[in-house]
Amino acid sequence: MLINLLGLVLIALIVWWFWLYKPNKTIVQNSEVLIEVKDGVYSPSSIQVSASQPVTLKFMRKDQSPCAETILIPSLDISKQLKLNEVTQITLLNLSPGEHEFHCQMQMYRGVLKVI
Amino acid sequence: MNNIKPDHHLMIEGAGCASCVGKIEGALKATNGVVNAEMNFADRTVQVTGAVKTEELIKAVESIGYNAKPIDDSSAIDTFDEKEAADWVYYKNLMRDTFIALSLGVPLMIYSIVVGEMTVETSLERMSWLVVGILTFGVMYFSGKHFYVGAWKSFKNHSANMDTLIALGTGTAWVYSMVVVFAPDAVPLMARHVYFEATAMIISLINLGLALEIKARGKTSEAIKRLIGLQAKTATVIRDNKEVQIGIEQVLLNDVVKVKPGEKITVDGVVLEGHTSIDESMLTGEPMPVEKTEEDEVVAGTLNKSGMILFRATRVGKDTALAQIINMVKRAQNSKPPIGRLADVISAYFVPVVMIISILSALAWLNFGPDPAIAFAIVSATTVLIIACPCALGLATPMSVMVGVGKAAEAGVLIRNGEALQTASKITAMILDKTGTITEGAPKVTDIVLAKATDEKEVLQLAASLESGSEHPLAQAIVESALEQDIELLKIESFNAITGFGVEANCNNKALLFGNDKLMKLKGIDLTGFVEQAQSLAKEAKTPMYFAVNGELAAIIAVADPIKSDSISAIKRLQTNGIRVIMLTGDNKETAAAVAKKAGISEFFAEVLPEDKANKVKELQDSGETVGMTGDGINDAPALALADVGFAIGTGTDVAIESADITLMRGSLHGLADAIAVSKATLRNIKQNLFGAFVYNVAGVPFAAGILYPFFGILLSPVIAGAAMAFSSLTVVSNANRLRLFKAKEH
Repeated sequence: MLINLLGLVLIALIVWWFWLYKPNKTIVQNSEVLIEVKDGVYSPSSIQVSASQPVTLKFMRKDQSPCAETILIPSLDISKQLKLNEVTQITLLNLSPGEHEFHCQMQMYRGVLKVI
Repeated sequence: MNNIKPDHHLMIEGAGCASCVGKIEGALKATNGVVNAEMNFADRTVQVTGAVKTEELIKAVESIGYNAKPIDDSSAIDTFDEKEAADWVYYKNLMRDTFIALSLGVPLMIYSIVVGEMTVETSLERMSWLVVGILTFGVMYFSGKHFYVGAWKSFKNHSANMDTLIALGTGTAWVYSMVVVFAPDAVPLMARHVYFEATAMIISLINLGLALEIKARGKTSEAIKRLIGLQAKTATVIRDNKEVQIGIEQVLLNDVVKVKPGEKITVDGVVLEGHTSIDESMLTGEPMPVEKTEEDEVVAGTLNKSGMILFRATRVGKDTALAQIINMVKRAQNSKPPIGRLADVISAYFVPVVMIISILSALAWLNFGPDPAIAFAIVSATTVLIIACPCALGLATPMSVMVGVGKAAEAGVLIRNGEALQTASKITAMILDKTGTITEGAPKVTDIVLAKATDEKEVLQLAASLESGSEHPLAQAIVESALEQDIELLKIESFNAITGFGVEANCNNKALLFGNDKLMKLKGIDLTGFVEQAQSLAKEAKTPMYFAVNGELAAIIAVADPIKSDSISAIKRLQTNGIRVIMLTGDNKETAAAVAKKAGISEFFAEVLPEDKANKVKELQDSGETVGMTGDGINDAPALALADVGFAIGTGTDVAIESADITLMRGSLHGLADAIAVSKATLRNIKQNLFGAFVYNVAGVPFAAGILYPFFGILLSPVIAGAAMAFSSLTVVSNANRLRLFKAKEH
C-alpha cells in the first residue's frame, strides 16, 4: 500500500515539476542576453524581453552533442547553426507581445522567449 | 564609401585574462575612424563602431599580440572544417567511452551467460560484487558522466530529455544492485540479483549509438558541404595597380578582381575586361558553359573555363548569390514540414510520460507480479526507461528534410521550407505561364516570306531600321535579328506608330509600312495570295506581320517565341506523373492554341491579363486541386503567392530567391518534375521514419514493461533495450541517408 502511495506521489511530482511548474524568467534589461548551450540545456532558458526594443540573443554553444548545433524559433521562422565554442547572434526586431519557444531540432533543448 | 562598414563584430583569440580587455579596446579605439569599441570578455567578442575597414581592426588587434577574426553574424558561409573537426573529437570521445564501458560490460555479460544469475548470497560474493559495483561506478563516471550531468541540468531546468531516461535507467539498476550488496536482507532472497552488467552495457551501447549517429549525420549535410566548397578561399585583387592575394572575406565592394582560366569566380561581379566561358552547372544544373564578356555578370562559385577576366565586385560576403543560396538551403534544411508537427508535440511530453509509465509498470509488478516481485519491478522499470527513444521520433523528420532539400539543391532546385516541400509532393495541377516559362521568352524572327521584294537582307535592313523606333517586343526581335547578321540600320524619317495596327516611316525616299492585316487594308495594300501564307504561319505558333514598301507588299515577316528545347519532354514527365498541366498566356487564342499543341498541353487559357492569373489559380483551388504555379516571378507574383506552391523560374543564377516557395535555378521545366519527385521521395522517407519511430516506441515500451510475461513468460533484458534504443535513432538517420541515392528521372 505504502509503495503504491509513494508511486502515485512520484507521478504527481513528475507532472508538477515538468509540466505545471512555471520557472522564473530572466528579464533582459539591456538589449542582449548571453545564452549558454551546455549539458543538454539552454541557460537561461526562460527569457523575458520588452516588445519596445530590439533584442540580441547570443548563443554560446559549449555542448559537443550534435543535438545542440541547431537552434529553431519556429514562430519567427528562424533557424541557425550554432558553432562549437563560439557565439552565434540572433537579433530580433519588432517583436510582438507573446511567447516564442526556441528549441533544438529534436526539442530536447527547450527555452521560451516571452515578449511583453 | 561602400567598402567601409559602420559596425564590426570580431572574435578575439588569445585573450586569457580580464586585463586584456582594456588593452584590446584601447588598441581598437586608437584606430582611425573608430568611434567605440566594447569587448565582451565572457564570449571573447568585441563590437566596434566606426567607419573603418575590418582588416585595419584585425591589424590593430594583431599588433598587440592577439588574433581577431570577423564574425559573420549571418553565418551564411562558414566552413564545415571546424564542424567536422569538432564532430571528429566528439566521435573519438564517444568511442573511448564505449570501449571503457565495454571492457567491464562484456566480461560481466559473459559471466552472466556462463555462470548464470549474478546473485548475492555469500559474504565472498558480497565482497566481489562490491568491487564490481565500484568499477561500474567508475564506468558511470568516466563513460556516462555526460548523461548524468545533462539529466541533472535538465531536471533543474524543469525539462527532461534522453539523458534523463538513460541516467534514471542506469542509475536505478546500479542503486538497486548496491542495496543488494550492502543490505541483502532488505530484499527477498530470490531478488538478490545485481544488474551491474546492465548499467555498463547500456552506457557503452548508447555511447556507441551516438558515435555511429554522428558519422551518419555527417553524410546528411553533404549537399550543403558541396555548396560551401564552391566558395574560393582566396582572391586576386588589383589594389594600387598591384595584384594582391587576399582572403575571400577581405574582398570589398568595387574591388577589381582577376580570375585566370581554371579558377573559381571569387565574388559576384560585372566583367570589366576579357572574354571567357563560365561553367555555372554547379549552381544551375545547366551543363553548357555560358559565354561572358564586358558588362556580363559573373557569379561566385562558378568556374572560369577559358579566358582571363577582370571584374568589378558587386556583391561580396554574405550578399553573393552563392551565400544566399547556402543560407536558404540551410534554413530550409532546418525547417519542418507540417507532417513533423505531431512528432514535435509528442516529443515535448514524451520523457515525463515514459517516466510515469516506468513507475506504473514497477507498481504493477509489485502488486500483481510473481516472486521476486521487487526484482521484476526494477528490471521492468529500468527497461521501460531505457527502451523509450524520443530521439528516433525527434530525428525522423529533420534528417529526411536535411537530405531531401540538399538533394534538390544539387539539381538546381531551391526549396524555401519544409512546408513547400510537403505541399509540392501533393500537387495535382500545374499552371505554366507561357512566355519565359514554356518558351524562351525572347521572340526571334523565324520566317521572311518574300512578295515583291527579292533580297531578304534588304527587307530585314529596311524593316529593322523602321522598327528601331518602336519599343514593341516583336519589333526588338526584328532589330536584333538584323544586328546579329551585321546589317547596318538606316536613318528613318517621319516615324509614326499607329496603335493597334503597326508603324510607318520614310527611309531613303521609300515609304515603309509595317504591321498587321488591318493596317495593310487601311492603307490599301493588296494582300492577295499572302493571307493564306500568313494564316499557316500563325497556326505554327508564329506571329506574322506584313511589310510594305512604296504601297506594295514586300514581304511577310514572322516572329515567334520558340519553345524551350526540353519543355515538351518536361511537360510529358509531369503529365505521366498524373499532374494536370494548364497553360496561361496573355497571347491571342491562335498563338496560344498552337503553342499549347506543340508543347503537348490540352488545357490552356489565352488572353489572360496578369491580374487575372491569380483568379485562375483560385478557380482551380476551388475545384479541389492542389495547385502549383510556375512563372518568372515578376508579373506573376500574386498568382505565385496564391498558389499552393509557387515555382519561380530563375534565369541562370539571377535567382528570385525570396519570391517563391521553390526556385528553379535553371530555365528548364524539368526542374519542376525534379522538385516534385524529390519532394515525394522525401515525404515517403519521413513517413517511413515516423512510422518506424512510432511503432518502435508504441510497441517497445509495453514490451519492456513486461506485457508479454503473463502470456509467454518473456521479460526483456535492459541490455537488449539499451541496444534497441541506441540503434533505433541510428536506423532513422541511416534511412534518411538512403535519400542521398535518389536520382531524378532521365531528362
